Amino acid sequence: MRTPRWITTAAFVIAGFMVLPTLVVIPLSFTTRTVLSWPPSGFDLRWYEEILTDRAWQSALVTSLQTGVLTAVCATVLGTGIALSLSRGRYIGRRFFTIAVLAPMIVPTVILAIGAFFVFSSWGFRGSVVALAAAHTVIALPLVIVSVLNSLSQFDRTLELAGYSLGAHPVRVFFTVTLPNLLPGVLAGAMFAFIISWDEVVISLFLSSPRVRTLPVLIFSQISSGVEPSVAAAASLLMAVTLILLIGTRIPAMLGRKRKRLHAHS
Amino acid sequence: MAAAVTSSITTRGSRGPAAPRGVRSWWGLLGLPGGVALLFFFILPLGEILVRSLTDPSPENYLRAVTSEVVRSSFVTTFVVSILTVAFCILLGYPYAYVMARSRSAVAGILGFCVLVPFWLSILVRTYAWTVWLQNTGIINSFLLDVGLVNEPVQLMRNALGTVIGMTHVLLPFMVFSMYASMKRIDLGLERASRALGAGPIRTFLRVYLPLSLPGVYSGSLIVFVTSLGFYLTPAILGDAAKPLVGQLIVEQVNQALNFGMGSAIGILLLLVTLLLLALGMRFAKFEDIVGLRGDQ
Repeated sequence: MRTPRWITTAAFVIAGFMVLPTLVVIPLSFTTRTVLSWPPSGFDLRWYEEILTDRAWQSALVTSLQTGVLTAVCATVLGTGIALSLSRGRYIGRRFFTIAVLAPMIVPTVILAIGAFFVFSSWGFRGSVVALAAAHTVIALPLVIVSVLNSLSQFDRTLELAGYSLGAHPVRVFFTVTLPNLLPGVLAGAMFAFIISWDEVVISLFLSSPRVRTLPVLIFSQISSGVEPSVAAAASLLMAVTLILLIGTRIPAMLGRKRKRLHAHS
Repeated sequence: MAAAVTSSITTRGSRGPAAPRGVRSWWGLLGLPGGVALLFFFILPLGEILVRSLTDPSPENYLRAVTSEVVRSSFVTTFVVSILTVAFCILLGYPYAYVMARSRSAVAGILGFCVLVPFWLSILVRTYAWTVWLQNTGIINSFLLDVGLVNEPVQLMRNALGTVIGMTHVLLPFMVFSMYASMKRIDLGLERASRALGAGPIRTFLRVYLPLSLPGVYSGSLIVFVTSLGFYLTPAILGDAAKPLVGQLIVEQVNQALNFGMGSAIGILLLLVTLLLLALGMRFAKFEDIVGLRGDQ
């Protein structure tokens, strides 16, 4: 049965509704006006210059990058371990563990944010990049796990067996056979983890201090108190980094496909 | 993506050729560091909220929360906003997923891309962009005033309308993913059979396609509804500060009123409602479909 044309048209209109509204921040970030108003006029890079030279924006940018990288590293290492443990380990409570590691997807972020606020405060651990990364790691873990499990489900274990039978030590098999084959999933997971940390607001709001706060926290506080076009520039920057990383996530997948094709040919 | 979780968990090592004995028993331990991190940074914080809700100063927090007019009306507002959000997501998501599931690769690819972009873009940026559209000096009001349709700006945000628009925009991708997954599984031969037996296109849709696509609608609605319940960011920017959603109320209690016990109690109530709804919803939707979601903000 063919899809009627009007439904297809409707779908494209909805696609416009999903993508276009956000793009208005880009022209706004180049406005020459000092007050945020529509339509923007002229073309000026001063707002980008401001966020890249102003101390507050600079330090927020650095904090965001540090937190994102630390989150990506921790979530990827821990998440890959958990994924391997879930798919290959056999122990009591594995089902419960599965639910526990995926639970951060279901628990509302606000609740996690105040919980982390209480606990981290009592440890004297709040207001640091490490604290932010620790909380971000928890919410990024499920995505890394899902991503690695995906790779694991396509992984041919006879390759490992070949390694063992050739006399390689299990650790060596892991690093030379298992991990390289899982790499597309692991790298995609790392990118997802970075993006989650890069965009996260609510938890960061509670764990930030005036000296250590992320870019989204600064943007949020600027939105709450009257708005300057520098916010639009920061928002555009946030968007650009996310998009670049998203395109980046396609690359490991493409490499994986290429490798598979090479295998098929050899 | 979610289906892959369960399938790869269930097809574990036992099926393939066996690794050396010692290796087999070590795999489980690789989850230990992650488990410890989860304990310290996830389970302890949640436990702390529970303890605070009962001891800061006493379990009466719950009594005060349940009897408080503010808390009750906040839960009502949250439910109304969430239901409206689900309704709009179904309305927009269904035709979208329908076309995406049934089109040739080019159209499906474009639509797939258009739903992935907002999914990954910052909720903060998207919500902020909506203020540019909806505020009194925003794009929509400027247009309406210029054309002369209205004499003064229409209130489009700082109310439930703004919240619902923003939340629909944020959550629509979840609905589309869920519907698409279930529509992609429908065997199109059933439609041909229905048409061959003399049913018209509308009848075929209503009697064959629609019922088969309902599981995706259910799980999508559940995801969107449950996620809406805990929203903070979008209502904080686009909503009415005088009528906070539960998420805003919790932040208010903890951040401004410094009423930690009360904030914790409301948090636990929100968590209980969320879990209860998930448990109920699981009768209609699959767990793996729900797990595909990315948390709020």
